[in-house]
Amino acid sequence: MKEIKVDVAVIGGGPAGLAAALEAERRGAKKVMILERDMELGGILQQCIHDGFGLHRFNARMSGAQYAQKFIDQLQDTGIEVKLETIVLDLTAKREIYACNSTDGMMHIQCGAVILAMGCRERTASQVLIYGARPAGVMTAGTAQRYINMEGYLPGRQAVILGSGDIGLIMARRMTLEGIQVKGVYEVMPSPGGLTRNIVQCLDDYGIPLHLSTTVTRIKGNKRVESVTVCKVDENRKPIPGTEEEIPCDLLVLAVGLIPENELSRGADIEMDPRTKGPVVDNNFMTSCPGIFACGNVSVVFDLVDYVSQSGEIAAAGAMRYIKGELPQCPEYREVIPGDGINFVVPQRLLKDCAEEDVTFFMRVKKPQKKVYLQCISEGNIIKKERHNSVAPPEMLASKVYVNGKGSPEFRIVEV
Amino acid sequence: MAKNVYTCVVCPVSCTIEVIPNADGGFTTEGNQCKRGEKYAISEHTDPVRMVTTTVKIRNAILPRLPVISEGEVPKGKLKECLNDLYQISVEAPVRCGDIIVKNICGTGVNILAARTMKEKN
Repeated sequence: MKEIKVDVAVIGGGPAGLAAALEAERRGAKKVMILERDMELGGILQQCIHDGFGLHRFNARMSGAQYAQKFIDQLQDTGIEVKLETIVLDLTAKREIYACNSTDGMMHIQCGAVILAMGCRERTASQVLIYGARPAGVMTAGTAQRYINMEGYLPGRQAVILGSGDIGLIMARRMTLEGIQVKGVYEVMPSPGGLTRNIVQCLDDYGIPLHLSTTVTRIKGNKRVESVTVCKVDENRKPIPGTEEEIPCDLLVLAVGLIPENELSRGADIEMDPRTKGPVVDNNFMTSCPGIFACGNVSVVFDLVDYVSQSGEIAAAGAMRYIKGELPQCPEYREVIPGDGINFVVPQRLLKDCAEEDVTFFMRVKKPQKKVYLQCISEGNIIKKERHNSVAPPEMLASKVYVNGKGSPEFRIVEV
Repeated sequence: MAKNVYTCVVCPVSCTIEVIPNADGGFTTEGNQCKRGEKYAISEHTDPVRMVTTTVKIRNAILPRLPVISEGEVPKGKLKECLNDLYQISVEAPVRCGDIIVKNICGTGVNILAARTMKEKN
């Protein structure tokens, strides 16, 4: 087994990992290594050929591939080592990585700090209960996206989309442009899962119907999907008998949510947050395991890549603080509290004796509301108040708050 | 009567904006909370534009498709024609991100650029 020592190892070469690796080097890390299982860097951005990326960071309307290229090009002038087609098999709490590829064989990598940037995975058909056969032609939206945008295949001719998450909406438009007839988008919830601008730009613009409180209950077809049955649901998401409708199609695309990919984190016994399904992190995006950091969609599913890159940079800054011995080996924490109207806040906690500093908090609200204040309260004082004309669960809020060394900040939504 | 109510996509507020013709041939808007909304709605009403993003065939590369993006927006009515033109062409690897793939697509004055760098196959 090959023995390797690095300052910072980054697991995953998507937007979070790229930003983290670059930031670590910028902050003085001598040896930074990116471990990526795909044959190239960029992660899921390489199949996101639509525009709308980088609005915050570059103030431009870029496609996902262009956004990734900006970071990949920056790598050229650095000493960052990239190992492609490399799978990480195990991660230990002592910051050791076991990985392998076909040129190095097995590797044992001892790391000053580890940054987890594995991203997330789509929920699959077996994770949503649909009865009936299991023919070809049932796939996640990301799979359909890869087939069409990277591999040049059309995965069907007539499609039904289950779920109104952003990838589903983007794929409704993309498939329509590629000549696939999209019969409709079906969403079990009473409100859409994706951003309003995606509903307008991807569905309304092409006359694709969106059916809320409706789900797919059955798939018919022997070798290939022949039709799906859709059905209205009640407020408990139970199908309402008598509302079934059979829709002929040869493709069922699932856009039913994303789950952070944390098999490695669990293997290292890192504490997980059941709400975000990612590791619990502190203001440095450090996990419960000292020296192991998490960023991007493996920590919480973001909706903007700009925030993913930002979280990578926060984690890298934290990793460098850790390597320099500026962080406690046995950290004590104070909780960040999701108050009224807030579903969760990341980071979930702050170091007890951290310096007074700006911390960016990422959060999702529980329900859509117009004209509200987002407040942050600490030790009885309102330390931040932001007015929002509109908030909704699909739109993550990012709020920079200057925190002092004490207190448990609480975020809440208050009507104006 | 033509559609005159638009949902703004400039920011998450998603204002519902009504475009009302003036006597002088111009337009006023109602329902928008900011100036950007006014600009968007009037553009949607008078001259809707869209970005072109698709893929083109690429030979001798690590992948069979190259993502491309328009340098700016093209008239919405020309989108289909632009896509059809792009399906006809084929490029050769290597390609650099930002290379011009098609100049002045369909006479719109807008160039189509490679959206990523793609190496040739080893």
